[in-house]
Amino acid sequence: MSDVTELIHQYLRHNKKFPHVFCPGCGHGIVLGSLIRSVHELALSKDEVVLVAGIGCSGRIAVYVDFNTVHTTHGRALTFATGIKMANPDLKVIALMGDGDAFSIGGNHLIHAARRNIGVTALVLNNSIYGMTGGQSSATTPKGAVSQTAPFGHLEKSFDLVKLASAAGANGVSRGTVFHVNMLDRLIAEAVSRPGFNLVEIMSPCFTQYGRKNKFKSAVDMFKWLKTETSPLESWEQLPPEEKAKRLPIGTFLAGQEPGLEVLYGNLRDDLAAKEQPR
Amino acid sequence: MSKKSKGQTIITIYPDWCKGCGICVAFCPAKVLELDAAGKARVAHPEECINCGFCERHCPDFAISVVPRGRKKRLPPELENGV
Amino acid sequence: MATPRKTKKQVLFAQGNEAVVEGALLAGCTFFAGYPITPSSEIMEEMARRLPRSETGVFIQMEDEIASMGAIIGASLAGRKVMTATSGPGFSLMQEHLGYACMTEVPLVIVNVMRGGPSTGLPTSPAQGDVQQARWGTHGDHPIIVLSAASVQECLEMTVTAFNFAEKYRSPVILLLDEITAHTREKIELPLPGEHEIFNRVVPSMPPEWYKPFEDTMRGVPSMPPLGSGYRYHVTGLTHDVMGFPTQQPDEIKALIERLFRKIDQFYTDIMLVDEYLTTDAEVGVVAYGSVARSAELAVAQAREAGVNAGLLKLKTLFPFPRPFVERLARSCKTLIVPEMNMGQMSREVKRVAASLTHIRTLNRIDGQIITPSQILKAITQG
Ligand SMILES: Cc1ncc(C[n+]2csc(CCOP(=O)(O)OP(=O)(O)O)c2C)c(N)n1
Ligand code: SF4
Ligand code: SF4
Ligand code: SF4
Ligand SMILES: [Mg+2]
Repeated sequence: MSDVTELIHQYLRHNKKFPHVFCPGCGHGIVLGSLIRSVHELALSKDEVVLVAGIGCSGRIAVYVDFNTVHTTHGRALTFATGIKMANPDLKVIALMGDGDAFSIGGNHLIHAARRNIGVTALVLNNSIYGMTGGQSSATTPKGAVSQTAPFGHLEKSFDLVKLASAAGANGVSRGTVFHVNMLDRLIAEAVSRPGFNLVEIMSPCFTQYGRKNKFKSAVDMFKWLKTETSPLESWEQLPPEEKAKRLPIGTFLAGQEPGLEVLYGNLRDDLAAKEQPR
Repeated sequence: MSKKSKGQTIITIYPDWCKGCGICVAFCPAKVLELDAAGKARVAHPEECINCGFCERHCPDFAISVVPRGRKKRLPPELENGV
Repeated sequence: MATPRKTKKQVLFAQGNEAVVEGALLAGCTFFAGYPITPSSEIMEEMARRLPRSETGVFIQMEDEIASMGAIIGASLAGRKVMTATSGPGFSLMQEHLGYACMTEVPLVIVNVMRGGPSTGLPTSPAQGDVQQARWGTHGDHPIIVLSAASVQECLEMTVTAFNFAEKYRSPVILLLDEITAHTREKIELPLPGEHEIFNRVVPSMPPEWYKPFEDTMRGVPSMPPLGSGYRYHVTGLTHDVMGFPTQQPDEIKALIERLFRKIDQFYTDIMLVDEYLTTDAEVGVVAYGSVARSAELAVAQAREAGVNAGLLKLKTLFPFPRPFVERLARSCKTLIVPEMNMGQMSREVKRVAASLTHIRTLNRIDGQIITPSQILKAITQG
């Protein structure tokens, strides 16, 4: 393992101010590193990658990296990404969203992007909270957790993003964490290279707005939690049910190979053109 | 890659970018790193480094770089412009 | 469909909504995203049939109007000429992304076939209640171009104009139709190739390293490369500097917002389109737009027969408001009549610029019925 950081520096925008805006120990920076390594590993050019980001701390990542970057509106990144991919299927379109972004306000767009199997990679940075706006509950805030809008404990259940995306029809679905970075590099690279809609849920701790209020002592403490409370899917599946309930499985849950909508549409155009040829 | 031999790396920390989150310090398997009085990461025991790469990949701020000793610090030319 | 001969125009019997499609394709539209809603759905349905039969055309039905706007903005960033079509409730959902398109200067065309409102209102009846929403619907201070059409032929022509303005000024353009214009069937002529000037987006002509995506220029309109063409830059709805990066610096904020206004303001004469009918010697003027302008034209002709010197100023551009034309007419007329299918939205603008110059009468109808020529004639003869 070497050259990792130097490689990343090659992809950062040199005219942006560093260190970036994220809090000390925020997982979002690690995701940026992982994304860059994956793109590099796949030998994609900076020009062919379009990073479409939503609004939230997570969305702020886009400004720092030297790809084509589109910082969109809260919850709607996938709608822009869909338009971009349909308009130019040669582009590698990666949508980067927060949990609130993708599943609270943007839930409808997410399930439809999955259903229509548009060739976009969705990276959802799940910190179980609205980081940017100061720690309010999101659709993934666990039941019982404390937030600025659930000061007495959250009464609602949280979404299981993996199950939701799978049920909605995504081609590929996986879950990684910013602690298991080598796996995360692989999950992102696989998601980007697979056809159709691929979602990677990335557990990315927010100590500032979530951990502090929920019995974590530090950002490091949250990384320790990721280390000890998760299991690779294969070993998780061997666990007894009561253990399963306690531990978070990580890995690849779905790896379909259906062609994306943009491909089907291109085929339709070709078929119609062939039919309309004289004789 | 030299996991067996220790101390075969040059570790650089960019204090201006380090936010002192302590992730590298807490998880370095060889206890190479520590936080200094100003709360920034510092290379305390470079001779112990096993070049595992954990710190580089987990620093949220890209503030720590580990390069094998004896190789020029620059990236090889084919990596210069990121393909 | 027969291929048109070079010299003879092809004649179609079409609805306004179909004419919009003809205009869009003529203007070079290759991307449509939308969500069905009466009375605009025919536009979407015709696009669904036509676009996949063109070389690069893309049609996509999205999950709602917010998504439709997101998709066309994305496609426009990728270099396409893009459009969506909707009506009242859908137009309300589009407002957030309309603002995004203003801020990021993304060319696009929205056709809003107005129906009765508020809310679900009168899905199949005409109205003109979205005029001020088109101007001010999205939050924040912003310029916008809003056009209208009074006949099926004009639907075609104004759609071409809408695309040209969108691309020329890097701005969203809203084409406001009403249910009558959209659903009336009449004979139209398809323009001959080359008859309409088609404006194509200006792309950067310098090496990528020198490209400043939101730099001020003489026209105030920066060049715009398609995504993936080697000009990597940052697009954001946040207030940004010339490189596209978010800024909080007062001088940079001011420069951006002022440029956004200036790029439209300084071309008022190009953008403000009106038709004048018998206005030179008019003593009673009618200011109208959309299907109401057709009733008004008839009313003016009848008034002339009855010996009243009436004239019509038909607004084809609603915003930027064609102030000079309204002022000129106001100076020569003792009365201006503003008939419209709302409680008085365009008449606010007329009053704003001409209240001190002449007497202004409003004529409003909000019962889902059209304003008839005789209603307008009555107002004219009453002076
Ligand atoms: C339409 C709209 N509603 C609300 C907001 C305010 N807002 C900005 S970011 C955000 C939540 C961010 O949470 P998440 O998506 O989880 O991202 P994080 O900051 O946690 O990475 C909200 C509610 C907005 N920008 N737009
Ligand atoms: S508030 Fe949370 S998500 Fe936002 S930068 Fe800080 S740690 Fe990261
Ligand atoms: S590479 Fe980093 S984490 Fe690994 S032993 Fe060396 S200093 Fe510690
Ligand atoms: S992980 Fe990075 S930012 Fe955190 S203490 Fe180590 S060098 Fe500093
Ligand atoms: Mg969040």
